[in-house]
Amino acid sequence: MSTASVANHDAAHDHGDHEHHDNFVTKYIFSQDHKMIAKQYLVTGMFWALLGGFLSVLFRLQLGFPEMDMSFLRPLLGGWIDETGHLDPTFYLALVTMHGTIMVFFVLTAGLSGTFSNFLIPLQIGARDMASGFMNMLSYWLFFLSGVIMFISLFLKTGPASGGWVVYPPLSALEQAIPGSGLGMTLWLVAMTLFIASSLMGGINYITTVINLRTKGMSFSKLPLTIWAFFLTAVIGLLSFPVLFAAALLLVFDRSFGTSFYLSDIYIGGEALPNTGGSPVLYQHLFWFLGHPEVYIVLLPALGITSEVIATNSRKPIFGYKAMIVSLLGITVLSFVVWAHHMFVSGMNPFLGSIFMFLTLIIAVPSAVKVFNYLTTLWRGNLIFTPAMLFSIGLVSFFISGGLTGIFLGSSAIDIQLHDTYFVVAHFHLVMGSASFFGMIAGVYHWFPKMFGRMMDAKLGYIHFWITFVGVYMVFFPMHYIGIAGFPRRYYMFTNFDFTNMYTDLNMFVSVAAIITFAAQFIFLFNFFYSMYKGRKATLNPWQSNTLEWTTPLHPGHGNWPGEIPSVYRWPYDYSKPGAEEDFIPQTVPLSATPESNLPHEQELVKVELEIMKEEEEVLVSNEAKH
Amino acid sequence: MIFSIIWMVYRIQTLVSVVKGSDKKVASGSNKVNAILFLVFLVGTGILMFWYSIKEFHNYQLPIASEHGVVTDRLFWVSMAITGVVFLITHVLLFVFPYKYQYSEKRKASFYPDNNKLEVIWTIVPGIVLAGLVISGWMAWSDITAPAPENAHTVEIMGYQFAWEVRYPGKDNVLGDYDYRLITATNSHGIDFSDKNAIDDFPSPVVVIPKGEPVLFKIRARDVLHSVFAPHMRLKMDAVPGMPTRFWFVPTKTTAEMREETGNPEFQYEIACTEICGRGHFSMRKIIEVVEPEAYQKWYAEQKSFIQMNPSLAAGLPSEKKEVAEIQLSEK
Repeated sequence: MSTASVANHDAAHDHGDHEHHDNFVTKYIFSQDHKMIAKQYLVTGMFWALLGGFLSVLFRLQLGFPEMDMSFLRPLLGGWIDETGHLDPTFYLALVTMHGTIMVFFVLTAGLSGTFSNFLIPLQIGARDMASGFMNMLSYWLFFLSGVIMFISLFLKTGPASGGWVVYPPLSALEQAIPGSGLGMTLWLVAMTLFIASSLMGGINYITTVINLRTKGMSFSKLPLTIWAFFLTAVIGLLSFPVLFAAALLLVFDRSFGTSFYLSDIYIGGEALPNTGGSPVLYQHLFWFLGHPEVYIVLLPALGITSEVIATNSRKPIFGYKAMIVSLLGITVLSFVVWAHHMFVSGMNPFLGSIFMFLTLIIAVPSAVKVFNYLTTLWRGNLIFTPAMLFSIGLVSFFISGGLTGIFLGSSAIDIQLHDTYFVVAHFHLVMGSASFFGMIAGVYHWFPKMFGRMMDAKLGYIHFWITFVGVYMVFFPMHYIGIAGFPRRYYMFTNFDFTNMYTDLNMFVSVAAIITFAAQFIFLFNFFYSMYKGRKATLNPWQSNTLEWTTPLHPGHGNWPGEIPSVYRWPYDYSKPGAEEDFIPQTVPLSATPESNLPHEQELVKVELEIMKEEEEVLVSNEAKH
Repeated sequence: MIFSIIWMVYRIQTLVSVVKGSDKKVASGSNKVNAILFLVFLVGTGILMFWYSIKEFHNYQLPIASEHGVVTDRLFWVSMAITGVVFLITHVLLFVFPYKYQYSEKRKASFYPDNNKLEVIWTIVPGIVLAGLVISGWMAWSDITAPAPENAHTVEIMGYQFAWEVRYPGKDNVLGDYDYRLITATNSHGIDFSDKNAIDDFPSPVVVIPKGEPVLFKIRARDVLHSVFAPHMRLKMDAVPGMPTRFWFVPTKTTAEMREETGNPEFQYEIACTEICGRGHFSMRKIIEVVEPEAYQKWYAEQKSFIQMNPSLAAGLPSEKKEVAEIQLSEK
């Protein structure tokens, strides 16, 4: 075992020598360095987040101020603003569809997992790079290509895909039903296919790297929770994305080759279509078989990041490390067996509804455990409010608020009324949208010093946090009231019905809050790009954290550690250990070096540790002799 | 513009902090400010939430007009009570801890890595509470989705871009067959009039149903997915092309009674679409009129069938079927 790992180190050394030959293209564009790829994902993700946010501002304008003259947007939107200055209702649907697609896939899947799995997995497990740097690069560029295609679809004359981000057929299959289902939908499918390929390549890499390339001593029980979360996220993605691909492929067949997987008994545009025997509900099953795990693909990395940030800034071990892992595993497994709770009133067999209600509410248990563990970690800590810490606390708040409303929606009888109303919008924007977004932002603030060797400005971070935190609640909390009142989703305006002909004031309030929250993100953007060049120089371990990435140089080269990869001797959460001088002990400090703070069972391990170290020494010496 | 302002403010505060030397400390004075802001947020938004929830209750709590609606609303408010308590407790802790345990150089955090007893407690307690919710929810769900009683009044609702059409089974209480390939400008339902059950079927511009008696909505769609949503009835079911769906319920208040209860003389029960279906998704309105059973019987008997309204529909039928249709025509 030890020989193998030493041989590995040697190989990596040779690899490290190549970095001097990097030119601009191989360093910044077609880079195979996981750190650069992570930054590429981050910046691309930020671009998409801005665009996705901007689309939401557009439709919030429509919802908050339905009478507004939007002629000033004509230079941008052209024909989508009609002669009277109103937004086209079809384009409104295109806006919500693209907002959803962009945010879920391009921002919170690629932007979040892509950035932090890439950046942190090798650094925190002690690896030179990903298992396959080339595949990693390919993964990013497929994502980029997918983004280019999706971006182009925004400018089509018939508009981008407009059937909601779930693109249920027959609406998404028939051009006659909505113009966006023409070329726009074709491009959507092409882009998603590339995206799925990108996700799979990324995921395979993450899994392989975590399993195979951990440094000496880094057992699974010593992995930081971030890595556990990224690892399980990749597993979920690997198992569920192919099903989305299958769903999309069958949709392509139905759209282009006259099959009837999803189509049956349709009379549209004055003619009866020949398709019979298909089932639109089949698509929904396939879609949500990815769609629900996707929620956790988005959420788990954020929870992993939060665990790390909260422990570090509470100066306290994460409470219930093992319970956290077990609950992550529980969520991973259960996430595959709850999908049909999106379909209680889709017309599927009600018995199936009962089964999925049981399974859905079980998943609330591991989620509850995580919340209680976060709270206990804060309890009697010594809390430092870095911007990352603030955003992590914000995440826990959203996770609670949005998670609790999930209990309503998971109960099929209650869901009859709430399904496809604003209650659902409020629920998932809090628990998956905002929570994951906060996890991502927390990650950026926390690991910025490692990414760019400089600090982001804390005060701007505080302002950014408070406006965003209050703003998010002001946007999504009122939606619960609107949802309980029965307001349906994806409505262009609410004046056609008596029961929705109210709450214009509240909708206006939500829109204003959304615009302010969106504007506040520019504070972050400024802070990010300014600090990248002009920020205060970071110290090597600015947050006094235990994990491995802080043992690398300020600007780690390709290969991460200039010499040997450090070995790991303890779990990553030895904060404020009684007896220790400092309030943190990095993972690289052997137990034998800290007899004053060792717990009884750790004292036992010291002997084993010393033996292994001795053995290691011998191997090194003999290797040296061979050279 | 925005950038230059941010930049100015930013430069000034950086310079100030450098002068003060606060950028060197582990936790600056901002730590205290942030800790206090969490408390302010807790109290401020807490008050806002209670005030608005109470003030607006009559607005967002729609009056209930069906038997199962009472059950689902009770489940909703029981869940609200339970989750509300959890919501408050966890949030009080989440925002009070930051204030109470804010950084101090004099203190050291407690090394408290785990406690199996606590973990077991907060795995089992939510488990039990959720089991209670699941079982009560499941019982309600089984009742609601059970097959409709035999005496249920059947109404067929068909969604298309962008409206609903309604069909009643007529005197024989059996809806006639339909086939989407038979749809024409005059036969928008695609009714197969060669089926004798179809001959007395009649359309209606509004959904008329009797109070206090079971009603079965047979739901279908002609082009894309739609979803029948009657908010006051607490009723929702997708309309799927190629797969008929159903939902039965018992309305409990007539439109007239509801007008009195809400104090709104123009009150109407409405059906809306809740599955994205295209450009006119937000305008698929249909009115439900709930009347006393006697008034319903009377109304039902007075309706004219499709064939009576448009005898040409019977054209082209085999002769013996035509006879039945003609007999029916001559009756009126």
